[in-house]
Amino acid sequence: MEEKKCIYLDNAATTKTAPEAVEAMLPYFSTWYGNPSSIYSLAAESKKAVTKARETLAGILGAEANEIYFTAGGSEADNWAIKATAEAYADKGKHIITSKIEHHAVLHTCDYLAKRGYEITYVDVDEDGIIKFEDLKRAIRPDTILISVMTANNEIGSLQPIREIGKLAKEHGILFHTDAVQAFGHIPIEVNECHIDMLSASGHKFNGPKGIGFLYIRKGVKIRSFLHGGAQERSRRAGTENVPGIVGMGCAAELAERTMQERAEKERELSGYLIERMEKEIPYCRLNGDRNKRLPNNVNFSFQFVEGESLLIMLDRKGICASSGSACTSGSLDPSHVLLAIGLPHEIAHGSLRLTVSHENTIEEMDETVDAIKEIVKRLRDMSPLYEDFIKKEGKEDVQ
Amino acid sequence: MYSEKVMDHFEHPRNVGEIENASGVGTVGNAKCGDIMRIYLDIDENQIIRDVKFKTFGCGAAVATSSMATELVKGKSVQQAMQVTNRAVMEALDGLPPVKVHCSLLAEEAIHAALWDYAEKNGIQIEGLKRPKTDIHEGEEE
Repeated sequence: MEEKKCIYLDNAATTKTAPEAVEAMLPYFSTWYGNPSSIYSLAAESKKAVTKARETLAGILGAEANEIYFTAGGSEADNWAIKATAEAYADKGKHIITSKIEHHAVLHTCDYLAKRGYEITYVDVDEDGIIKFEDLKRAIRPDTILISVMTANNEIGSLQPIREIGKLAKEHGILFHTDAVQAFGHIPIEVNECHIDMLSASGHKFNGPKGIGFLYIRKGVKIRSFLHGGAQERSRRAGTENVPGIVGMGCAAELAERTMQERAEKERELSGYLIERMEKEIPYCRLNGDRNKRLPNNVNFSFQFVEGESLLIMLDRKGICASSGSACTSGSLDPSHVLLAIGLPHEIAHGSLRLTVSHENTIEEMDETVDAIKEIVKRLRDMSPLYEDFIKKEGKEDVQ
Repeated sequence: MYSEKVMDHFEHPRNVGEIENASGVGTVGNAKCGDIMRIYLDIDENQIIRDVKFKTFGCGAAVATSSMATELVKGKSVQQAMQVTNRAVMEALDGLPPVKVHCSLLAEEAIHAALWDYAEKNGIQIEGLKRPKTDIHEGEEE
């Protein structure tokens, strides 16, 4: 496919790999290609690079380098943390608490365990997509071994009170895992302050490469290997290290940490502008997620009487990349579990649109995007029987 | 993921709109599943479909199948319209992705529902036409 001009507003799906990260990775493909486990000096360079990246990541989290374990991405880290905790702590209990708005890497892993004798409590969220803390408290039992709640939601960007959850878990002697895939590199996270025992992150969500992530495991947490084989990662995760990936992720993390504040400010300016214009200019829409406690780059709207996939295809024709919680984009008949969990009716959840900006976007692009959405939403409503009924039955005026 | 024909009918849907005092109107699907189709038929005294319009809430495939279905029945007799199956709609669109086949079924049902409405209003029977199965309220309550 040829490269064409596009306005990329799907940074929660993946980000562009930073040129600095690509540059840093390149030597580890064909110059320093040695296996870090080998004895000769060619391999020493690879080993050194892996160590450096590990130290960078640990430094950002306020952790020790030997608490960082490289994985093939966020999903592996989530699977590992939850399944291995379930296995290692089964003697203590078989109860796990999570939220209704977790990523499928957590939810489906919990479903898997539920079929194997574990009990899972899925705690509700409020209408802004923040976990109901009192419900979480009440869910704790003597046999609870793990609480897994994400740092920030991938669809609606809502920030969860992980500091309070970590404290609560610690008080009860329960392990706390957080899926920080959307948050790491975007907002500050300190594992000791928040009493986090395990944390999942993924390189490509913060301008690193795809296929690489890590799991932070606090010293003393007794989970075992998920992948068996060689003695890599202190015998806890077998498989030859993805050296270029690790180097790229380390470089991207360092960059993200250094520029976090200015990037977040720019993203807030852009997302705030999008929200303001859409709320002002498009009737019958609503912002999903908490207005303040949200990731700086996340915008999520529902447009009544409109279906999300149609909206996405039309945006794509105009060169705008976005995503939706519509069923049609998920391959099932149900719309996003996150939008249903915040209480949206099915037909409104079907008409949702997620725009996730980056610091590289411009105000001009935001204007172009809102103009396009306005035009498309109007066009789709004009052919929507739901809108027709609404106008006729409610006696409403067509305000478009 | 969609054929060029599907994209063409999605981007330039034919026969979008309403018909006032239509001979028959049929609405199928439900908002819960994300697809609702409504078809309006204007049928003359010789049972020829003079005009047809549609409104659809749904994905790209739902819009394209509605559009193609209206094209296939326009100017046809009621009996000929009965031959417009979901397969015919799909073939005319050069196929649909497997997860979207239900959209073409909905298009067939929408036409049948509009014909049923027409038949009921006029006290006639159309050979092979059964009462539409799906209706807009189905599955709305949990």
